[in-house]
Amino acid sequence: MDADEIDIDHLARLAALRLDGDERSGVERDLQRIIALVDEMQAVDTEGVDPLAHPLDATQRLRADEATELIDRERYQAGAPEARDGLYLVPSVLSDP
Amino acid sequence: MAPFSSLRELRQGLGRGDCTSLELTEAALDRARRLHESLNCFITLDEEKAVAAAVAADRRLQDGSAGPLTGMPLAHKDLFCIEGWPTTCASKMLANFISPYTATAIDRLQGAGSVTLGKLNMDEFAMGSSTETSHFGPTANPWALQRTPGGSSGGSAACVAAGITAAATGTDTGGSIRQPASFCGVTGLKPTYGRVSRYGMIAFASSLDQGGVFARDVEDAALLLSVMAGFDPRDSTSSAHRDPWLESVPDNGVGELAGDSLTIGLADEFFSEVSEGAECIDEARQALEALGFRCRTVSLPHIRTAMPAYYVIAGAEASTNLSRYDGVRFGHRCDQPASLADLYERSRSEGFGTEVKRRILTGTYALSAGYFDAYYLKAQKIRRLVAEDFAAAFRAVDLLLAPTTPGTAFRRGQLTDDPVAMYQQDVCTIPVNLAGLPAISLPCGLHEGLPVGVQLIARHFDERRLMQAGAAFQRATNWHEARPALEGAS
Repeated sequence: MDADEIDIDHLARLAALRLDGDERSGVERDLQRIIALVDEMQAVDTEGVDPLAHPLDATQRLRADEATELIDRERYQAGAPEARDGLYLVPSVLSDP
Repeated sequence: MAPFSSLRELRQGLGRGDCTSLELTEAALDRARRLHESLNCFITLDEEKAVAAAVAADRRLQDGSAGPLTGMPLAHKDLFCIEGWPTTCASKMLANFISPYTATAIDRLQGAGSVTLGKLNMDEFAMGSSTETSHFGPTANPWALQRTPGGSSGGSAACVAAGITAAATGTDTGGSIRQPASFCGVTGLKPTYGRVSRYGMIAFASSLDQGGVFARDVEDAALLLSVMAGFDPRDSTSSAHRDPWLESVPDNGVGELAGDSLTIGLADEFFSEVSEGAECIDEARQALEALGFRCRTVSLPHIRTAMPAYYVIAGAEASTNLSRYDGVRFGHRCDQPASLADLYERSRSEGFGTEVKRRILTGTYALSAGYFDAYYLKAQKIRRLVAEDFAAAFRAVDLLLAPTTPGTAFRRGQLTDDPVAMYQQDVCTIPVNLAGLPAISLPCGLHEGLPVGVQLIARHFDERRLMQAGAAFQRATNWHEARPALEGAS
């Protein structure tokens, strides 16, 4: 939990971000300051306190199990950077045998 | 009608036939264009759509089917999806995104007859306190063009403060309505979490995000809230709480506080943060006491650690919410990806700005293996302590009075190299979001020519007393009527 121990390359990989050069060093320095700030939390005694996930302490509402979504594929794919024949295109995932 | 008319004045003018929606809309478009170069508060203005909506509104006014907002030009933070409109969240990632659907809150405002003038500038993905992280350039503060309007909803605050529209929407995750409202001298309301549907609001931190409004005064803010609020089955955290008072606002206004005078709590933990404008906040307290409110000191011992807990929770939720931007289904995609991993990484690295990356990485750190208990879980426990502090205070008092911000609007560029100093801007607003409470920032004076805001905070779903107290304050004072000179604005 030492801010100096941040492995920026590992975090970037987990977050699917690529940081190079000046941006990498700048973000690393900023992140060390941010983690030092959030480490102020460690001084608070939270023994026996339950975590609060929802500000009204509510739980997720369930709806009736009915199909309600209207799938308008053409319309939703109109904003896709690369789509063809109703499919989203991505680089090949499997390499040639 | 004058550019600084309130929604109620516009409603009266339209109802009497003193003006048409088309005239109001064209005047607002004209003012927006004239001020664009100096303020940069709009990302998108759409004359064609606005004029079509105004013409339709004038028809409704003619045939007697007008709603409470019919014909009134409004502008919306560019985080609300509106069908057929670019919805960018001020990010390169969504620079070319046209929304295929409309957010519930905007759908209700448009259904009530309002005219959408355009989409307003903001910090990228609502992450910031100065509207300087926008991909579309910074917005200026109408009171002092070299200063920031605050953020993240800085475009909304500037638009209302400059008299372009009478009101605008915004969102508040850690202070993004109240802080810019304070910096720009307008009224800014963050409702109780769950009041306003988040459906169609581009997600930043889902357990904190709440839509709200900027307006000239509390009465107008309540009018807009009455239209925007209400249960929405499409938002899983939308509240089913019914509020007959709020439903009566379009007809009766916010009304007077009934019964006994209220007690207002003051917490030293908030006031010790103030560096500028303390005299204005003290005068606001005195004005409330003169109205019969009793003031007493309360203690909120954990709010100092609310800020670090907030940056963990908001970062964690942001890193999760923003994982959807992958260059595949919508949004920015890099050129010539060599592999799927290359597509993800380069699309995201090119599409997101530096502050967004910082937040994603903070959240990734807090959620990563070995750190989850020490950061994310710890932050959620502090969140409960903060919420319990407020609950204890509200057993003794009806409302809390607090500064909205530590100081007045800072200079553009002043804090951009120091993210932690920028985060400190929200020290008085963040605890309210962690607890999900409603709060409003009211103009309460000028410090060296710059607006100062004071914050009232209420119990969950007690917008009635929050706004009745705010309206009483505004009947007794005239700070909400102060206008920027807009010197040097073209």
